[in-house]
Amino acid sequence: MEKPIISVKNLGKRYLLGMGGGERYRALRDVMANTVKNLFKRDIKNENPREIWALKDVTFDIWAGEKVGIIGRNGAGKSTLLKILSEITEPTEGEAYIHGRVASLLEVGTGFHPELTGKENIFMNGAILGMRRAEIKKKFDEIVAFAEIERFLDTPVKRYSSGMYVRLAFSVAAHLEPEILMVDEVLAVGDIAFQKKCLGKMSEVAKGGRTVIFVSHNMGAIRSLCQTAIRLDKGQITQKGTADEVVRNYEGQQVRILDESSYIIERSPDEVKGKSFYVNRVEMLNEKGEHAMAFRYNDKMTLIVDLAGEPGGYFFPEFHIYNELGQFVACGTAGPYHGKYFSSKVRKVRIEIGPLTITSGQYIILLSLVTRSDRTDTWENAAVFTIVECQPFATTWDIPTFREGVCVLQQSFSEVE
Amino acid sequence: MNTEHVKVIRKRHGLIGVDFNELWRYRELFWFLALRDILVRYKQTVIGIAWSILQPLFTMVVFSVIFGNLGKFPSDGVPYPILTFAALLPWQFFAHSMSASSQSIVGSASIISKVYFPRLIIPTSAVISGTIDFCISFVILIGMMVWYKIVPTANIVYLPLFVLLTFTAALAVGLWLSALNAEFRDVFYVVPFLVQAGQYISPVAYSSSIIPEKWKLLYSLNPMAGVIDGFRWCILGTATPNWTGIIISAVSVLVIFIGGLLYFRKMERTFADVI
Repeated sequence: MEKPIISVKNLGKRYLLGMGGGERYRALRDVMANTVKNLFKRDIKNENPREIWALKDVTFDIWAGEKVGIIGRNGAGKSTLLKILSEITEPTEGEAYIHGRVASLLEVGTGFHPELTGKENIFMNGAILGMRRAEIKKKFDEIVAFAEIERFLDTPVKRYSSGMYVRLAFSVAAHLEPEILMVDEVLAVGDIAFQKKCLGKMSEVAKGGRTVIFVSHNMGAIRSLCQTAIRLDKGQITQKGTADEVVRNYEGQQVRILDESSYIIERSPDEVKGKSFYVNRVEMLNEKGEHAMAFRYNDKMTLIVDLAGEPGGYFFPEFHIYNELGQFVACGTAGPYHGKYFSSKVRKVRIEIGPLTITSGQYIILLSLVTRSDRTDTWENAAVFTIVECQPFATTWDIPTFREGVCVLQQSFSEVE
Repeated sequence: MNTEHVKVIRKRHGLIGVDFNELWRYRELFWFLALRDILVRYKQTVIGIAWSILQPLFTMVVFSVIFGNLGKFPSDGVPYPILTFAALLPWQFFAHSMSASSQSIVGSASIISKVYFPRLIIPTSAVISGTIDFCISFVILIGMMVWYKIVPTANIVYLPLFVLLTFTAALAVGLWLSALNAEFRDVFYVVPFLVQAGQYISPVAYSSSIIPEKWKLLYSLNPMAGVIDGFRWCILGTATPNWTGIIISAVSVLVIFIGGLLYFRKMERTFADVI
């Protein structure tokens, strides 16, 4: 019997969050200072840096020619999985066997330089993606034609419109001829016409018998391009099956999370175990100060956030809003945006958000606390609210998220004389 | 399906050798990345290519006036400008390549976190683009030799050897510092200091003939000391260099280089996670 083209066994990836948490980089001088300090310390406290398993015990096989969709919410480990399979980062445990040439497209235009011309960038980008010069030369005309940039070949790409830039970048990548193609959400760029063209190219690639791994939030694209799908949740596989089945299940579950919600949410003691400073409870209010979970387009929302524990200095809260597909919609943070830091005595914070110029659908709020040295708490699914009606314009046409985008921009249509 | 080519992805432990097959498959990328550096640099600066010419030229004038005219340092029988220029060429080749190479990994963060190719290519192409600059400034030296009517001696056939040694020395230090810099961001501040101190402990502004005999051996532990003496010997036919010194220099370069390769290979596993 034939062997699978990709075989993944118990793959896991652990990230250590530095003890400082807030600081991104290690500095040699700190390491030296700590070493000296530890020399004189009798009992060396093992301050265990926080660790996060971005991926844990992931096992699956992919057969030659299979098109596999990978779905899951943000932070579920989808990108980490692709990064490991394309050798960008190493797994902490487990292994993967790959039989064939891999091209991974985690981003379009990797290595593009704004000062270089379109032509120079095609060669540059092609080489970085693993193409030979001869190969690029052979496909050069095709790449240029697909990107529709014939006239601008000798123009530095810094003068390109963003549409042209993306077209060129995707075009180079689309002309790679690997046995296995891994794509991460790159279709979420460019105008609609070009997105269609890209999807068309992708399915052409897929039909050509190549193996494709496709990560996306676009359930429609997953359904139409893939036969099978894998769903990741918090780094683990929660479902494997036909694309239709997995997508349907995923969408159903998103709605169920929303049903269990209410306008005062208390956190269970289990969730906050071991946290030094955390959000204990959140209330959602409307403009009149009444409890609410349903809002209309352009309404304002107030969150009353109860805190517990000890921040050990000033702190500031943050919120993230995700839509029902898990897409990141908006974010707010007191410190960086407003220069607003709270003293350690504060135990209740009011967050006012809005006008909510977003389309009708359900949204999930994540709350997070940042102290001077660390991000002490991140509460995913803190609260859920619904925009029940989005009719910003003259008619009663309701604008839903799933079909017409996340936000509404001011607009007008008129005839040009 | 290409069955003979099976890639195994798992955590690697201990020392990791260099995968020459893979480097060979990606050979074109060395050149592409170096070319990109050069193209971008020359497109961005107004005076463009003149930059790699003006810098050593200006430094040469300063050194000749301060050390030659005012300090009355010995010039080993050649005009002082030529004496310093012949040393500035390899020194700036080394210093610029080494600095660029040290910054290269952090500077390529966006590529490293998005696509795989052998990471060794990045610091190496930084040195390759330094080599191209070196070739450009070499033309000036030829011009100066014509002006001062100096005919190169037969020793010039050894020149490629010393160019190779400079290349390896720059890459050796660059490998260490680029990997260290990815992990510890403050290494960035050490590089300019290294370059400055290095210029004084290497015979750039002066001739190594002023070093007392008893310090000569210690002095040649600095790899660039031997290289610069060698350059002067090849081009100007000054005193035969101290071959023991050059061999010591070469061996120390080789040790740093192999150590750098191993350290780099060990650290590159986590580049995408830390930068």
